[in-house]
Amino acid sequence: MNDYRYDYETVKGFILSAIFWGVVGLVVGLWISAQMWDASLNIPPYFSFGRLRTFHTNVLTYGLGIGAEFGVFYYLVIRLAKRPLLFPKLARFHLWLFNVGVAIAGITLLLGWNQSLEYAEFEWPIDIAIVILWVIFAVNILGTIIKRKEEQMYISLWYIIATIITVAILYIVNNLSIPAGFDKSYHIFAGVNSANVQWWYGHNAVGFLFTTPILAMFYYFLPKSTGLPIYSHRLSIISFWSLIFAYLWTGAHHLVYTPLPDWIQTLGIAFTLFLIAPSWGSVVNGYFTVESDWSVMKNNYLTKFFIAGITFYGLQTIQGPSQGIRVISSLIHYTDWVPGHVHMGTMGWVTMTICAAVYYIIPHIYKTEIYSVKIANAHFWLVLIGQLAFSITMWVTGVQQGAMWKMTNPDGTLKYTFMEGLLRNYPYWQLRTLAGIVFVIGMLLFIYNVMMTIKKGKAELEAKLQAASATA
Amino acid sequence: MSENKKLYSNALIFSLAAAITVLIGTIATVFIPMFTKGMHPKLENLKPYTAIQLAGRDIYQREGCVNCHTQTVRPLKSDVLMYGDYSKAGEFAYDQPFLWGSKRTGPDLARIGGKYPDDWHYQHMTNPQAFYEKSNMPKYAFLNDRKVAVEKTIAHMKALGFPYTEDDVNTLKNSTEMDAIVAYLQVLGTAVERKAVLTIDETMVEETSPLAGNKDAILKGEKLYKAECAGCHGQNAEGNIGGSLVDYASAESPDRDTYLIIANGFEGAMPGFAAIYDKEEIWSLVEYIKSLKK
Repeated sequence: MNDYRYDYETVKGFILSAIFWGVVGLVVGLWISAQMWDASLNIPPYFSFGRLRTFHTNVLTYGLGIGAEFGVFYYLVIRLAKRPLLFPKLARFHLWLFNVGVAIAGITLLLGWNQSLEYAEFEWPIDIAIVILWVIFAVNILGTIIKRKEEQMYISLWYIIATIITVAILYIVNNLSIPAGFDKSYHIFAGVNSANVQWWYGHNAVGFLFTTPILAMFYYFLPKSTGLPIYSHRLSIISFWSLIFAYLWTGAHHLVYTPLPDWIQTLGIAFTLFLIAPSWGSVVNGYFTVESDWSVMKNNYLTKFFIAGITFYGLQTIQGPSQGIRVISSLIHYTDWVPGHVHMGTMGWVTMTICAAVYYIIPHIYKTEIYSVKIANAHFWLVLIGQLAFSITMWVTGVQQGAMWKMTNPDGTLKYTFMEGLLRNYPYWQLRTLAGIVFVIGMLLFIYNVMMTIKKGKAELEAKLQAASATA
Repeated sequence: MSENKKLYSNALIFSLAAAITVLIGTIATVFIPMFTKGMHPKLENLKPYTAIQLAGRDIYQREGCVNCHTQTVRPLKSDVLMYGDYSKAGEFAYDQPFLWGSKRTGPDLARIGGKYPDDWHYQHMTNPQAFYEKSNMPKYAFLNDRKVAVEKTIAHMKALGFPYTEDDVNTLKNSTEMDAIVAYLQVLGTAVERKAVLTIDETMVEETSPLAGNKDAILKGEKLYKAECAGCHGQNAEGNIGGSLVDYASAESPDRDTYLIIANGFEGAMPGFAAIYDKEEIWSLVEYIKSLKK
């Protein structure tokens, strides 16, 4: 019993840490979005766009995203294994190391320790800390799964295992580098090869940090919160294996029209298109699960988050592969379409699913009800509107940008200079900042709701204890 | 079926199966190419970075320039017109890591080396808005106040196995970080033989301006001048990095010569505008410049 309670502290710790880093990352996100249209908001050297943008992506990926995943997985695994965590004290240590790590990592990015590998910007001392962190997590989670009391492993565990293994392989290989001082290293790979390794990492790190772990949550919490069983077990199996198989071939779609050999690009594009099938396997599985009783959409506020989330996952996995195709890539690559695409996934799919998981877990831990379903609904709509406004604005900007770069005069010369194209983006970029503000307000409501639920849970527990001592 | 059951009930077997599954694509598209010659091409003219260029590249990475600038020109007509010859695999052999980037908030830099004179870069890095009023690039004036870290740069040269000499290191001693980043920018893309994407020759241009005396053309030329030329030649065209156009106009050069200078530029001193300005625009600029005559 004590072990279980102890684990909850770790779960709570990770969730609250993730929320904290989330706020930091989102505020910086708003700041850099404004720097895009007003250069005077740069405060060099530490707070100029180049450093802050790196800070934004990493703090949200590692602080909010992975922090929440750690917390949710520690909650999930003990349930699916029907036993306490193997090493609860190690999990607590993991929590502290995680927070110290994110803080130091964030500071080093502002100091300019930057490998310039997208999503792998940290310098080698931080990389080593991350590997240690991941091993601690892996030992605890895999150990608990191995020593579980439930014979079969539920779908969520498959995704958790795949996440742990694949991220380890990706992270270690792409971060192989030659140290040249405490704050500096050089990729051991050079030129074209460096590019190929980096985008194999870059695409799959996103996949195995923002897709598979979130699917693990989705497959657990959707049936749990609706009381409906997953529609098809066979579909789960097929989509799992084909997803993790096909994913690792696709990184080169980020390098279309670069000097990377054409055959690797083509292979990347082909597997990217194939990836639609397994992704939609999970989307269909989600829809058909709810299909057996659509009233849960109305009666259960969590279902909305999950179904909207998986819908954005579905859109994302249609949009992503189409972007890989050469003709579309030639128009929208390097434009604002790309952040539009990324943010539909992160603000739509990832954040909505994580928020719903947290809404589910916190009342369970505190044995209470959510503080306010009304606020949760307001949170849902603000996040949805903010995200859609962000993504759609960026898609429009991206297409316009790409078209202006390409447009030629009758005599074959270019119609616009780069600067003319840039100036046309400003109104859209301003709109994006506005959309970001709406999204952040939604997230603040979420945080308020979670905090009030915790407060309420604590008060109820105290009242119960008092009542118990009064009768005794 | 029983084997199937084993897969989903034995975590170790499952982990192994998952690891093998993710390694197949990895081996095919990442590991095998890694060991082929085709992934390690090197152009004959390509040289390792000098000490100061490497110091500049370190700064480029430190400041996160890769967030806004790409370093790869695509083999697309519009990319080539805008930036120059498309990128070749053999240009990047000494790039650890590659810095191709994924977003063009600013323009591509793969062919920036030699496009502008050094002065242009110093002034532009210090205050980009002096060139383009609405530019969203941050100011990097602080690079002027910092000395290059000599010991660190030597350590970096050693780590990369780049050759360097005593003289090389000595030049670092009095250099600022601005000197370093400009040195880096000026070497970008220079391993490829540089040829203008569009070169206009005399036979393609009228001898005298077809827009001579046209007031609208002068106004249009002035607008273009303010947007693209004023950064170098000064707001009132009396010269800055580039020469005084007032003096130039007063010397009464033939129209065609002015047209060709604008269209083709001078290597290392002024970029050519043939790819982005059509004939009418260039003649308008010629008319504006002529109107500056004292």
